[in-house]
Amino acid sequence: MTIIQKIKRYVGIFLKYFSLVFFAFVSLVPVVSCVITAFKTDKEYASTNVMVLPKNWFNFDNFMTAWDRANMGLAFLNSFIILACVLAGSIMIGSMLAYVLNRFKFPGNGLVRNLFLFATLLPGVAMQVSVYKIMTNFNLINSIPGYIILMMGTDVISIYVFIQFFENIPVSLDESAIIDGCSYFGVFFKILLPLLKPAIITCMILKGVATYNEYYMANLYLQDKSKFVVVATSLYTFTGPMGNKYNLICAGLLITLLPALIIFIACQKQIYSGLTNGAVKG
Amino acid sequence: MDTTKNLQQQKKPFDFMKWLKSRKGQQMVVIITFMFVPLLLLAVFTYFPFVEMFKFSFYKMKYIGDREYVGLDNYKQVFERKDCFSALKLSLYYMGGSVVQLSLALYFATLLSFKTKLGNFFKGTMFFPFLINGIAIGFIFKFFYTRGFVFDTVLQWCGFNLDHLPYWLQNQSINNISLVGASIWRYFGQNMVLFIGAIMSVDAQMYEAAELDGANKCQQFKYIIMPSIKTIIVLNMILSITGSLSSFEIPFVVTGGNNGTGTYFVIMNKIAHVTQKVGLASAMAIVLLAIILVATLLQKLFFKYFFNDGTEDNAKVKKSRKKNLEGAN
Repeated sequence: MTIIQKIKRYVGIFLKYFSLVFFAFVSLVPVVSCVITAFKTDKEYASTNVMVLPKNWFNFDNFMTAWDRANMGLAFLNSFIILACVLAGSIMIGSMLAYVLNRFKFPGNGLVRNLFLFATLLPGVAMQVSVYKIMTNFNLINSIPGYIILMMGTDVISIYVFIQFFENIPVSLDESAIIDGCSYFGVFFKILLPLLKPAIITCMILKGVATYNEYYMANLYLQDKSKFVVVATSLYTFTGPMGNKYNLICAGLLITLLPALIIFIACQKQIYSGLTNGAVKG
Repeated sequence: MDTTKNLQQQKKPFDFMKWLKSRKGQQMVVIITFMFVPLLLLAVFTYFPFVEMFKFSFYKMKYIGDREYVGLDNYKQVFERKDCFSALKLSLYYMGGSVVQLSLALYFATLLSFKTKLGNFFKGTMFFPFLINGIAIGFIFKFFYTRGFVFDTVLQWCGFNLDHLPYWLQNQSINNISLVGASIWRYFGQNMVLFIGAIMSVDAQMYEAAELDGANKCQQFKYIIMPSIKTIIVLNMILSITGSLSSFEIPFVVTGGNNGTGTYFVIMNKIAHVTQKVGLASAMAIVLLAIILVATLLQKLFFKYFFNDGTEDNAKVKKSRKKNLEGAN
């Protein structure tokens, strides 16, 4: 009996690690193949199989060429400006709205909540048919401020994260501050906002990933790629005639991955918990 | 707003100022100032376009120029045009894919929530694809599936002959499956992290108690893990219906919707921005919205009738807590 149990246990452990290693491999291969290819010279790339390791691991030429061709300096600058403004804006909007909805009862409170809830159901890409027309009318195509406002305006997740968080901050805190002579604005900015730090981090992660990676909207509203390129659209340069130079393309896409990778390694825990917190909105 | 305020001030200035300084007045000021911007943005970028889109769907029009009222013609076309309707059928592939994706996520979430060597490494590698931007994923998989490149090489390592392998992105009988595979690769780690979060929220003592009572891992899974995360699983399953109808980025970037891989959104995007049939595209969007609404309604009903046990208690607790906090709603 015991031997059979032992065998069963070991088989179980073997299967467990086998499947883990297998899927880790599956997850890694597409990216690793890009890393291998990115270090190859044109000649090497043309003559060797894609999975053959490059001769020189310090061949950074492709990265430099890709950086120049795709205008990535400007792309990173634009992306950074957009990211900073969108995050600051949507955190302020989300926390202020959540404060009002959570702390005050007034006619229309339920209605406003439902309006935002319904907005989550409207499919984003589909809405762009008419949003595009509105943006054209406002003359906000190819305008970074316009794009920032749009990205801020279509944000619903952060409101939920903040409402949830407010539910766990006791109301007595507000009340005692008010009795001490604090105004409602004071309560929000001086007392509650500092307490919202975990929720703010959650929002920064969710909204940050979404904004940094947003390709479709950036492509649609920032069409002039020579001036308004962002990281997600910078790779677009490599479609068309350069579409076969994968050593260059891989180098370019690795550059765009790098910030995400660094932030992921540095704040793994916050990213996981941020994602989990953000998902419980239902 | 200002003019009405002024009027009130002129009539009985003393009273208004007093009201403004009272708690009620202060509250009103806060509510209005804090809600103004979010509601304005919501109106301009969500509800106004939504109403406009509904209007567009009855016209034959382009972005610029005249429009012509055509009634329900656009809606008829959505179901009659071959590309639109086959795109709807195509989303079945993605639904199938999301079943695979969710089961993979559940399997690994369960494994990783027990003690595992290098657990964090495995979790990280499986999750990381979620952080990659759409167009990079597109390039990665174009490269991955190209004839004789990464995927074919790996399969050759496993003993397959290149001549017997299909063209992954051109062959119409298989290219959608290739794309669904890429989509699973991208998202299953994220689902896994969500599931791990749900599993971790179970009290650790439950597992200890179960182990003491002699329950093996399978039983622990069935009686402790499953009940505690079935809500989030069902939620994700229903979300996957909407998700598969609106899958966009991967087919858009990898194949551009060619060779029969155009999903509903890819086709819609083409109709809206390339051929500029704005009316038809709007009708497509409205049809999709209707489907999504039905799915959401089904989800609500499903939760009501099949999950009365655990979730209802939760809902009650939440509701009573909400009432205590705000009294509104």
